[in-house]
Amino acid sequence: MDHLHQADLSTLSKQLSNKEFSSVELTQHFLNRIEQLDSTLNAFITPTPEQALAQACQADKLIQKGDTQTLTGIPLAHKDIFCTQGIKTSCGSRMLDTFIPPYESTVTQLCQQAGLVTLGKTNMDEFAMGSSTETSFYGPTANPWDHTHVPGGSSGGSAAAVAARLCPIATGTDTGGSVRQPASFCGITGLKPTYGRVSRWGMIAFASSLDQAGILAQNAKDAALLLEVIAGHDPKDSTCANTPTLHYADSIDNITSRYTVGIPTAFFDNQDPTLSTHIQAAIKVLENTGIKFIEVDIPHLPLSVPAYYVIAPAECSSNLSRYDGVRFGHRCQQPSSLSDLYKRTRQEGFGTEVKRRIMIGTYALSAGYYDAYYLKAQRVRRLIKQDFVAALEKVDALLGPSTPTTAFQLKEKNKNPLAMYSSDLYTIAANLAGLPALSIPMGFDQGLPLGLQLIGNYFEEAKILNIAHRYQQQTNWHQQTPDIYS
Amino acid sequence: MELSEQDVLSIAHLARLELSEAETHLYQQQLNQIFNWINQLKPVDTQSIEPLAHPLELTQPLRPDTITESINREHNQSTAPATEGGLYLVPQVIE
Repeated sequence: MDHLHQADLSTLSKQLSNKEFSSVELTQHFLNRIEQLDSTLNAFITPTPEQALAQACQADKLIQKGDTQTLTGIPLAHKDIFCTQGIKTSCGSRMLDTFIPPYESTVTQLCQQAGLVTLGKTNMDEFAMGSSTETSFYGPTANPWDHTHVPGGSSGGSAAAVAARLCPIATGTDTGGSVRQPASFCGITGLKPTYGRVSRWGMIAFASSLDQAGILAQNAKDAALLLEVIAGHDPKDSTCANTPTLHYADSIDNITSRYTVGIPTAFFDNQDPTLSTHIQAAIKVLENTGIKFIEVDIPHLPLSVPAYYVIAPAECSSNLSRYDGVRFGHRCQQPSSLSDLYKRTRQEGFGTEVKRRIMIGTYALSAGYYDAYYLKAQRVRRLIKQDFVAALEKVDALLGPSTPTTAFQLKEKNKNPLAMYSSDLYTIAANLAGLPALSIPMGFDQGLPLGLQLIGNYFEEAKILNIAHRYQQQTNWHQQTPDIYS
Repeated sequence: MELSEQDVLSIAHLARLELSEAETHLYQQQLNQIFNWINQLKPVDTQSIEPLAHPLELTQPLRPDTITESINREHNQSTAPATEGGLYLVPQVIE
């Protein structure tokens, strides 16, 4: 019982159905860990112990009856961006500090229907805008590998919680790397599915053409198991794809397919030598599992970060116009006029980074600049997508680093927006093109984890999960946890 | 072209944000820095390239016009900062 938190989803599922322990016992184990360890990490904004134990009790009844699905009774944590009916959903912002959603997001609803138990809501950069979880109204989350470093962001709470084994698996969202970058910084597996693979209903919007729900997990197989639960068409989200889902966890064990993986040369320009050494080692491991590598060209890749920082803030400025102090969220005291109500409510409710992005987006969309900035960025976005489509006609997937460096220090970049934005150099392109991508741990540099990224073709999550699983069958980076959390 | 303090204040007005003097100066400096960096998109040849608004280029799907769920006003307004008799309260708009 002492090391239940080190078990992956397949193991826990088997042990629960063999009745080696109950879901209530398992849930209590994780609730105890959160209680004991989260005061230093700050991975959770709102733990939900009462609801968790009630759900676990329900799961135990189903297990007794033998009426179970694979993940019945397994606890998880949700990023505090998914609306949970009756449970505060803050999106890391003062604006939503008192917001109790009157409805449930599709992702959290599907998890409940699958019998999963919600341990709580995790910390994040305010409105998912940030790469370090430092912009949260609730204070930063620490990296479990070194508390003086950031966990990445914006899904930093979920990533830190999984890395410290305060939960077996967690949800996140990825608009420009917000699942993969924190997964890389925390030494875990992070999956961003194809745009539209998972419903965005009830997921608080940041940039609607880029946002996608994702998974932070101990390994690729666990991610595949949860993807089976959350993927699929949802009529409530008109951009959700009506494309059949697959049995991702079954196909993951396929070892016969001989894939060809492309290495985009642009990923390797000016690359840190330690990072290159690790990538080369990972390529060797994968070559031994029957994967062939070729170089490919994604010529417009370096333009993805500036194009993103026009498109994402433009969509953000439009989406966040709903926070007006009228229907929900923060409202300033004693407004003297409607204009005063709007301006002071938004001044008080939003933090510095959110306001900065609203300003960037408002300017890029304003009369006289729309063509020069917004339409220009959208044209560049098409060039980037075309590069990926062409490359993926020749190869099954693309491989590169997840991030340019290991986790940086707290406060190292939070005063310099451009330095912070550049930390998403390798992840942003997959969002612009809408492709599925994942990050898996591939080693350490001075005690901090490094992530390997795989990008797949549209709706081919199964392929990149399979390649990641092959790598994890040959390596044990994904099984390592920080000593104090083991 | 550099954004002046006045430009920053007009952007803030369009975004309905009140800014302190310190924020105005900070954003003026940072917005100029950020847009100078974004300007690397300018020289890219995009003449015959259509803008891409959405990665999957989906068309708007249609669904049958049937009642699925109804909104419970009281439940929905329970999270609003100020309501009365089922209405949202705002400062007086018309004299």
